[in-house]
Amino acid sequence: MEEQVLPAWKRWLISIGDQGVFFSRFFRNIFSGGFEWSEFIRQCYEIGYRSLGLVGITSFIMGMVLILQLRPTMVAFGAEAMLPHTLSVSLIREIGPVITGIICAGKIASSIGAELGSMKVTEQIDAMDVSGANPIQYLVVTRILATTLMIPLLAMIGDVIGLMGGFLAVNFTDSISFHLYMSKCLAALDFTDYMPALIKTFFFGFAIGFVGCYKGYNSDKGTESVGIAANSAVVTASLWIFFIDMIVVQISTILFYR
Amino acid sequence: MEEVNVKNNHPAPAGSNSQEIIIEIRGLKKAFGDKEVLKDINLNVKRGQNLVVLGRSGQGKSVTIQCIVGMLTPDAGSVKVFGEEVAELSEENLKELRTKIGFLFQGAALFDSMTVKENLEFPLTRVLKLTDQADIDRRIKIALEGVGLPESGDKLPSDLSGGMRKRIGLARTLVVNPEIMLYDEPTTGLDPVTSREISQLILQVQKKYKTTSIIITHDMECAKITGDYVVVMDGGVYIAEGTFKELQQSDNELVKSFFNETL
Repeated sequence: MEEQVLPAWKRWLISIGDQGVFFSRFFRNIFSGGFEWSEFIRQCYEIGYRSLGLVGITSFIMGMVLILQLRPTMVAFGAEAMLPHTLSVSLIREIGPVITGIICAGKIASSIGAELGSMKVTEQIDAMDVSGANPIQYLVVTRILATTLMIPLLAMIGDVIGLMGGFLAVNFTDSISFHLYMSKCLAALDFTDYMPALIKTFFFGFAIGFVGCYKGYNSDKGTESVGIAANSAVVTASLWIFFIDMIVVQISTILFYR
Repeated sequence: MEEVNVKNNHPAPAGSNSQEIIIEIRGLKKAFGDKEVLKDINLNVKRGQNLVVLGRSGQGKSVTIQCIVGMLTPDAGSVKVFGEEVAELSEENLKELRTKIGFLFQGAALFDSMTVKENLEFPLTRVLKLTDQADIDRRIKIALEGVGLPESGDKLPSDLSGGMRKRIGLARTLVVNPEIMLYDEPTTGLDPVTSREISQLILQVQKKYKTTSIIITHDMECAKITGDYVVVMDGGVYIAEGTFKELQQSDNELVKSFFNETL
């Protein structure tokens, strides 16, 4: 029998409604008692520790590349002494959190989407549900809270590693002590640089966990749905990273720079 | 084809001595889009009975038990379990009801990131809220021995064969001592020897745990071994009912074809 195809705007509205319901179920279950501490800690390990290498390498390279790209322009203006300042502001305010967010959207949102999608296809989520256990509490709450907590930590560690990469790149052509380099980096930063950046990483973490869980938990029952859930989780989470970034930058500009 | 309203007047098996109706379904209808899967299902299941629902694939057999456990909401009709209307239960009451029902999925649905022991521990700590590790370990040991796999606790589901997965799936549902067992195609995908073993295990479970069971199958040997009473489903309605022996004498063409082709 031919399935009735709804117009795109109706499907979009239904999806928004579904996400609202999913969010309310997540939110209610945070406070409903019986928090799954052991699963939460396991997820923090899986999401945080197991992503550290990837975030560290990309941040280190990003720090180096930024210095190498900035240097010719800064030299042309006779401002090569400002390289550590420029790097630290651009890295801490914007590039560090966004790169960490995008890397984690690719690694973590896809992993959560595929894992829950596969559990849905093999009826593991249904089995939890009909046994009287609470799959939202065990699978969703733990993962979303773990990403919300771990992404800011990863972003902070990534920022520091990025500055190390910058230090190495500066020393390719110039000679600067680590102490002086770090002093210059930190001197360029104040509360209005790192606080909005830190706050937005919590939202990045929430978006990555929420999108991964929503896509996986609501995937269709077929093997191809697992791939669709994982792919859709990455695309949607990445878009959310940029949306959140844009909103936080607008708000912090209004609050701190006007 | 003539439709049958299943009265299930056959007594419950010896030993249970009960005529108490545990599951009562009246006028159950369920459609997915334009496809009407259940057209008008009427069914009684008595305490201690093993009721087999027999039929070809895609006839709505599994949908019936999904309505019983509240996974699906009926479009019309009534599904009562222990006298309670399932569709009208609050989230908390439905959860409570589900603790009394064991559901064995077609693929066993073991949690593949957990060992066998952790799979069995899951309902004990989350559903029964047990905290005494010695008691948990004792219950797990009994459940694993009950399905003939006492040494499998440390294995992962990926290390198990199809038959072993079904046994562990059964152990996971039995570990919380449910009053009702719902089996969704328990022997599908298994070789004949393992299928027979699983069917006999279902029978043992009924005797040992005094469960009331509905077994969804198209495996005639499974129906013969496990069923106290058999209903045959086709096109979203029940077309015949009776004991296995009674149905062997049926004049219904579809029922005859089931028996002639497979036994």
